Amino acid sequence: MPPARIPGRRFVTIILFIEQVLNGIQFGVMLFLMAAGLTLVFGVMGLINLAHGSLYMVGAFAAAAVATATGSFLLAIAAALAAAAAAGAIVEIVVIRRLYARDHLDQVLATFALILIFSEGVRWIFGSFPLYLDIPAYLSGPVSLPGGIEYPRYRLALIGVGLSIAAGLFWLISRTRLGVRIRAGESDREMIAALGVDISRLYTVVFALGAALAGLAGALVGAIQSVQVGMGEPVLILAFVVIVIGGIGSIKGALIGSILVGLTDTLGGVLLPEVFRLFMDNSAASSTGAALASMLIYILMAVVLVWRPQGLFGGTA
Amino acid sequence: MSREGLINAALLAGLVAIPLWAWAGDEPFTITLATRVAILALAGVGLNIALGLGGLVSLGHAAFFGIGGYAMGILASHAQAYDPIMESPILIEGTKLMPVIWIIAIVAAALAAVVIGALSLRTSGVYFIMITLAFGQMFYFFSISWPAYGGEDGLSIYLRNDFPGLNTLDPIQFFAICMVLLLLALWFNARLAQSPFGLALGAARQAPRRVETVGLSPFRLRLVAFVISGAITGLAGALFADLNRFVSPAMFSWQTSGEIIVLIILGGVGRLCGPVAGAALFITLEHFLGELSEFWHIYLGLLLLAVVLFARGGIIGLLAGRAATHD
Repeated sequence: MPPARIPGRRFVTIILFIEQVLNGIQFGVMLFLMAAGLTLVFGVMGLINLAHGSLYMVGAFAAAAVATATGSFLLAIAAALAAAAAAGAIVEIVVIRRLYARDHLDQVLATFALILIFSEGVRWIFGSFPLYLDIPAYLSGPVSLPGGIEYPRYRLALIGVGLSIAAGLFWLISRTRLGVRIRAGESDREMIAALGVDISRLYTVVFALGAALAGLAGALVGAIQSVQVGMGEPVLILAFVVIVIGGIGSIKGALIGSILVGLTDTLGGVLLPEVFRLFMDNSAASSTGAALASMLIYILMAVVLVWRPQGLFGGTA
Repeated sequence: MSREGLINAALLAGLVAIPLWAWAGDEPFTITLATRVAILALAGVGLNIALGLGGLVSLGHAAFFGIGGYAMGILASHAQAYDPIMESPILIEGTKLMPVIWIIAIVAAALAAVVIGALSLRTSGVYFIMITLAFGQMFYFFSISWPAYGGEDGLSIYLRNDFPGLNTLDPIQFFAICMVLLLLALWFNARLAQSPFGLALGAARQAPRRVETVGLSPFRLRLVAFVISGAITGLAGALFADLNRFVSPAMFSWQTSGEIIVLIILGGVGRLCGPVAGAALFITLEHFLGELSEFWHIYLGLLLLAVVLFARGGIIGLLAGRAATHD
């Protein structure tokens, strides 16, 4: 899901640079929607969920189907949220619930099995061809930013949506009763169960919340890319990189990690080939730069691991 | 012989008998299926050393599988084009000799495993899973964006590589090569599990504090296991590429890592022949369910879910009961 890059430009201008920074932030906030759910589920339930990418895909497909049927983008987004949350709740009740007491290997395998079931199920229903989700008229076209920068309105809207959801999540966790329970569940689950909180309902709610965020990300990104089976897993793995960088269980770490990964990937793709052009010919620089840029976020992850194995904001694990 | 020993012997005898029977009946496709079982089992034996003995849930073994595959692809493509890999400072030429390719695949995969292992083993548990998955993905994206060896399209090798004295294009002879390597790896695995190193590694899985107390380093034990594991999976990758005469970034994909781990689980984690049973079941399912339905992965997913939730010992566990040597 890296945002569109502009090929063939010989020099990086300031305007291009700012555009790419915005692209990086946009990519980052969408990663945050994925990473936030994963890190919440891990923090509260201690579960590693590989099928989180499937929920992203479910959101995108639900949005594409509803947009085709009704023509309304807002309805499509609502459908994505509802479908992903429902899928999340069902999966939690039927399968995931049995995994909390198991070791990580069982969790990995069961959620890998869920990926297979979800992917083939969606392929069965919708076929193998990608679907498309159109950007609505009121969000298409460029918008002029100060300094004469033309930037796609839709991508700007994604940044706005992503940041407001991040703010909403912080508010939810720190200010509401549900947030108190989530934080309590993270630190001592026996205790909150003993205090009379229905722990299994709390788990279902947290899982469905994470699923809804993933579904929303899938639908929003689906409008700038095609909607297809298997779209979720590359994003899932990037979200893992984000969590490793940010620290497991930390929403703040997920936000900062996401922006860091988004910026590194986007700017690396633009800047590295330019750097190599200083001492290589054009085509060699492009290919070497692109190949190295594809590894950059993993190198970032490795550096963080050497420096702080528990992640930037992780407690001692 | 224990019950598990009998099952293992029957399993391996079956894996040899089926292709021989197919050879007599002139059904090369069945031999190819058996060859795939042997190669996937070899990859699984590699991962099983990290997973079963060491308790290291690596979701990134596709990296080593792919490195083995590309080692073969790069060496053979240069040999095919009579174009040296490097001329200065020393001349390095490609080769079509399998044993040389295997050694290079093993060394390259082991080197990658040293780096990935040293970084990933700084953490444990769920971090380790995510990090190995991420490093696997790094190789995937690198192989796609590096155009010199086919990039996204992969790399075809027109003729299978050579093994002195054998005709490797004959399916049964190539199967024999793979089967012998699988048996060697199984023998090595069995010896390793009984060796002081293997016992210390098992202890590091079960009680790392105690291992530290007696003066051994769990990190070092795990790193060595991870490197051995990666090297064997790399060898399997080289064979797999030779079987298909094709390498592509798909060998590096997270699905490949998932499949290698799945076949160990289907067979039975930590069981010597678990990967063999799992690979045989996996290929059988792929072949027969694949004929029944285009969407056979749904059934694979349901089966896997059932094994994880209800039959945790895998096939060998179901047949042989609880192992005496494992927790």
